[in-house]
Parts: sequence; structure tokens; C-alpha cells
Amino acid sequence: MNAVEYAKPQSIDDAIRCLTNAPAGARVLAGGTDLLVQLRAGVVRPPLIVDLKGITELRRIESTAEGFRVGAAVAGAELSEHAEFSNQWPGITEAFNLIGSTQIQGRATLGGNLCNGSPAADSVPALIAAGVRCIVVGPSGSREMAVEDVVTAPGKTVLTTGEFVSQFLIPARAAHSGDAYLRFIPRTEMDIAVASAGVCLTLNAAGVCTAARVSLGAVAPRALLVAACAEALVGSTLDDAALAKLAAAASAACAPINDKRGTIEFRTKVAGVLARRAATIAAQRARGN
Amino acid sequence: MAKHHVTTTVNREPVELLCDPSATLLDVLRDELGLIGSKEGCGTGDCGACSVLMDGRLVCACLVLAAEATGHEITTIEGIADGNTLHTLQQQFLEDAALQCGICTPGFIVAAKALLDRNPDPTETEVRFWLAGNLCRCTGYDKIIRAVMNAAAKMREETVHG
Repeated sequence: MNAVEYAKPQSIDDAIRCLTNAPAGARVLAGGTDLLVQLRAGVVRPPLIVDLKGITELRRIESTAEGFRVGAAVAGAELSEHAEFSNQWPGITEAFNLIGSTQIQGRATLGGNLCNGSPAADSVPALIAAGVRCIVVGPSGSREMAVEDVVTAPGKTVLTTGEFVSQFLIPARAAHSGDAYLRFIPRTEMDIAVASAGVCLTLNAAGVCTAARVSLGAVAPRALLVAACAEALVGSTLDDAALAKLAAAASAACAPINDKRGTIEFRTKVAGVLARRAATIAAQRARGN
Repeated sequence: MAKHHVTTTVNREPVELLCDPSATLLDVLRDELGLIGSKEGCGTGDCGACSVLMDGRLVCACLVLAAEATGHEITTIEGIADGNTLHTLQQQFLEDAALQCGICTPGFIVAAKALLDRNPDPTETEVRFWLAGNLCRCTGYDKIIRAVMNAAAKMREETVHG
């Protein structure tokens, strides 16, 4: 490992200053579960590591009139343990509970899982389906954007020098809505998604779907928000025909890689199956709300 | 290279030290503090042999920078026993022969303690999921799981009668 300095600023402004004044290649540190592995492998050699965990806003879970405001350096386990949050957003919670081991879940953060830029990041399709937005802060001020707009390609984000994600804005769950996240791995635990699907949908009193968001992971260079999947569900009662249309739309949206964990054909097929099953679970939850 | 000053608590003792800013908590525990119970298996957070508690939360010491330990309380395997009296989990691992080479054992015991501190009466499935981040390459897992279940039962007894 070759980092030469460690800084732990106590405010967003100080962190931006640290990053802006640092030589090229400075890295932010949140949970460290990706960064420390990259340091050890020599993939990155940052001259400065800026630990964001000293900044109160980044470590807080706030319940607001609009929903939840969650710091980017909050660990997945800390969010899952928040009873009010996990009760409203079981799909997001189950996504975080699938990331690595107990040891990893206690460290890996919302901001890190997103900004590491893995196409297979489990929390990202769940956050996209839930319509989560995030606040990006940096030397030229702050901007708000949808989670699906942050990652551009594997390991790449829209963030520029000195910028980082500070908070996530998770809406209050709408009435008669539910979310769910499913992934396929060849075992029960401790693996990386071969394909995954996050679904959030709303039903009316007659059980007709009035709104839906469907996101797929690990089947394209970045997590996808698939409008055709939502269109397949909206206006339906999630009958077999609508679910078949959903699965077909999901498979049609896939542009996966072929690798040892899954072939193109397998990922394409399974993404449709997972979308269908996640929609069914989300609908059950919506009926209960 | 400037050394980083760390002020932390390890096994209830205050600790101050200077370290390389890129040193991991595991490097410092083993090489600076001589606490060699935590093992480096993979160094990438996959095997759990370096499991320690940070403010009571289970973490891999190889995925924490030593610099991050400032202001936090670290508990390692060396802090689990009460003086010369082994913790119930440690005693039960011996009685159930839940180890062979022993490299993974400190991590398993620290991880199991973290579970039982939160949930004194876990199901076998809960134990298996909680310990999924601790790898054993010798024995298979049955004896380890049994030792944790048996220790949990004894600890519940101790709580009732203690």
C-alpha cells in the first residue's frame, strides 16, 4: 500500500477542500471494503485518502416529511437495523442484506456501493426502483440527481474532481406500494449477482398497478431503469399476461457480458424471471400496505 | 512518509501509536501491538480470520485502516477471555473439537460473540448465515456451528442462574 496521507475532515466543505487541493488520484474513503482491496492489490495508489466518516451529515439517518435522508457513509447494516426504514422499504433492506458477509455489511456504505460503479452492486437496482435521488457536493456547489444517473460504465461515475455523494433522498413509500429485490447467485450467500432485479410498484383499490419502476443489475455495463418493464405492469392487475410481458421486456433490455459466472443467454433469461418474481413479491407487499 | 498518530482503545486498554497512513488495523494489531491472535488469511475481507469488534460491530481488521481506529473501541480475540478464564465460546470450541489447524478459530469466536451479544438464542440457520463470512478449510462447519449453538445454550443458562 502506498497512500501517503490520511485526512478525516469534519465537514463537507473541509472534505471538498482536501480533495480539491490534493494531487491527482486522491480517493474518498467511506466503508473501505472496495478501496482497501484496491490499495492492497496496487490497483490504486492515492496520494491522499479522505475519510468521510467524520462528517455528521454523511453518517446520519433522518426521517423527514418527504421520507428519509440517509448519509452516504451510513453502512448497509445500519440502514437495515433502522426499524422504520426497513419496514417501509423491505426491498432496499434485502438488497443491503445480500452484500457480502456480516463483516462487510457493517462497513460497506450506500455511497460506496453506488460510486464503486460495479454493474452487479446489489443495492443499486433496489435504490433505482424506489426512485431514490442523491445529493452530490463539490467545489462548484451541490446538485441533486437520480441514482440511475450516477454510474456511466463499470467503475465510472459522473463525479468530477472534488465531488462526492453526500446523502441519499429516499421517498416515503406511497400508499398501497411495495418494493422487492432479488438476485441470482449459484449459492445462498457471499457471492456476486449474476443477474438481479429491483421492483417498486403501486396498486389502486381495485388492485390495478398505477405506477411501477423496474431496475435490472449485472446484465449491462450499469444498472438499468427499464421503462418498457414499467409499461408492462401499469394498467394491469399483474395477471400472467402482464408478468409475461414484464419478463420479455426485462430480457429484451439486457446487454450482459459472457463470463464464468453466467453466459449471455443465462443472464438474459434469468433477468426476466427475477423481474417477474420480484414484481409478484412487491405486489404482495403493496396489497398489505 | 509522515506517520499518522492513532489514539484508540484495544481490549479496554488505551493505546497510542504512530503508523503508516496506509497500514491496516490488522497490520498494527499484529506487528505493532503483538496481538497475533487475529490472522491474515486473505487480506481482502473474504475469509474472516481477522474478525474483530469495532464499537461492538463485527469487522474485518484487514479492511479497516489503522488510522480509522482513532476514537473507537477495538476488541480482539485476546480480549474475549476474562483473565485466565476462557469465555464460554472458547471453552465450547475446545469441548466440541470445533477446530483443527486453528487459523480460522479466533475469527469464528469473535464473530460468534458478536452474534450472541445481539441474539442470545439464534436458530442454526441464523448462526450459519451470520458466520458465512468466516471460512474454515479444515473441518467443515458442523462442529463449529454445534459449538456456537451449545455455547449459546450454556450462556442462556448462565444468564438465568448467574
